[in-house]
Amino acid sequence: MPAVKGVRDALAAAHRTEWSFVMAAAARITRDLDEAEECAQDAFERALRTWPRDGVPRRPGAWLTTAATNRARDVVRRRAAYARRLPLLVVDVDDASVVADIADDRLRLIFTCCHPALAPESRVALTLRLVCGLATAEIARAFLVKEATMAARITRAKHKIAAARIPYRVPAGDALAERVASVCDVLYLVFTAGHAASGEETVRDDLVELALEQCRLLHGMLPADDRVTGLLALMLLTDARRAARLDAMVALSGEQDRRRWDAVRLREGRLVLNRALRGASPNRYAVQAAIAAVHADAASEAETDWREIVALYDVLLTLWPNPVVALNRAVAVGMRDGPAAGLDALRPFAEEPALRDYGYRRAAEGHFLWALGRHADAAAAFAEAATLAYSRPERELMRERERRARAEEVAPVRQDAPTSP
Amino acid sequence: METTMGRYLILIYGDERRWDAATDAEMAQIDAGHRAFRQAAGAAVLSAGQLEASSTATTLRAGEGGPLITDGPFLETKEVLGGFYVVEAPDLDAAIELAKLLGEVAHDHSGVQVHPLVDHG
Repeated sequence: MPAVKGVRDALAAAHRTEWSFVMAAAARITRDLDEAEECAQDAFERALRTWPRDGVPRRPGAWLTTAATNRARDVVRRRAAYARRLPLLVVDVDDASVVADIADDRLRLIFTCCHPALAPESRVALTLRLVCGLATAEIARAFLVKEATMAARITRAKHKIAAARIPYRVPAGDALAERVASVCDVLYLVFTAGHAASGEETVRDDLVELALEQCRLLHGMLPADDRVTGLLALMLLTDARRAARLDAMVALSGEQDRRRWDAVRLREGRLVLNRALRGASPNRYAVQAAIAAVHADAASEAETDWREIVALYDVLLTLWPNPVVALNRAVAVGMRDGPAAGLDALRPFAEEPALRDYGYRRAAEGHFLWALGRHADAAAAFAEAATLAYSRPERELMRERERRARAEEVAPVRQDAPTSP
Repeated sequence: METTMGRYLILIYGDERRWDAATDAEMAQIDAGHRAFRQAAGAAVLSAGQLEASSTATTLRAGEGGPLITDGPFLETKEVLGGFYVVEAPDLDAAIELAKLLGEVAHDHSGVQVHPLVDHG
């Protein structure tokens, strides 16, 4: 009999890796997103009851999908007895799909969640909820809104999908190329959410892997789409450094352990990036990927080509003007021209409402103040960065720098101590 | 068995003054759009209409001792309703494809809204 803890771990792991498959398969049968969610949840609850008794099945994903689809068929049978008011999800009846392609099912779910007729903020929320299986509370936290607000947003979006008959379909032909931009934007946000996870972890592997996997799938369908190619390169080059990465706050400190980078993904990322940059005009993902590549090319932080990085940020700002990109450019200027120049470049951002409570801004200031020997100011900046940090590891890192800055600050006083009366 | 088609109200909005000032070429392009729409939709068009000027509309609202009748549209806005179609379509993508054929979507003085109708079964 397996230990209950082992079962719980297996179930938590299955939730992370299998939720979207289970949900997508159930949605195809119930043709109702709420009911599909209930069926998927029911499958996980059933596993919680039976796995401790029967053991963890050899293929947990297949077990869960079977449980959810069986339940979904029950739901559909029971529903036939009642008059139904809400329209059903529009599912294409393809003759050849007796054996449903599960990977395709998941992509269908993503394209439905990312339909342009839904508000952009709803697309991400819905994808995180239905495809990634995140709790509404978690999504609300990630977007800094109240849980009730997020719940209402998700409900509204689901209702629109049903009432307006947004189809459960991966579009074909020209429509696919048109629609892929919105999917790219959402996958990018899922990937970013994975890397900027809050709470105990800095990286949520499942979100990162899901975004990467779906991006690969899209790239396979649209190999000539520069946006998809650029996004894939960006994900590969960013993620290759995942094991060593604690977010930009650490990257800035030059403390990444380069031996922990994933050489295979880096190589693949560079190859894909070359293809993305061959396009007529670079898109923002390709430029972001190029920045990641310059970071990855440097043998150490000191050897990073900051001139190139500043130049790339200049291009990125024209393609995707936003305060965070401008801030990153300012930090790169400081790395190129020295800490005093960095502080000058960062100064205007203290007034920028979107960045006032952005921990990375204060962490960068701390970095430059430290380099200038202004240890007390640096300590204050790190302390503030710690209170603004999203995750525990980031917070601990900032506290550690604060302690070191304070130690440096008092060191000269100690030297003077013997001469004082 | 549930219905396999949805019904959509396609509403054409625009700036009335700029509609009045439209050139012949612009009008011809918009007419061509409506012909293309009719041709593509065929029997899927359940109903359609072009509205008279918004100044000809009459609005009724609750008032003391019966409905209050006033001159003009419901809301005084720059963008007014100019016409509509009710169409049948398998899904929103198909309805949007039809709406894209309308010349009004190519002009900054107009816009088209696709609104699903409740299915009473």
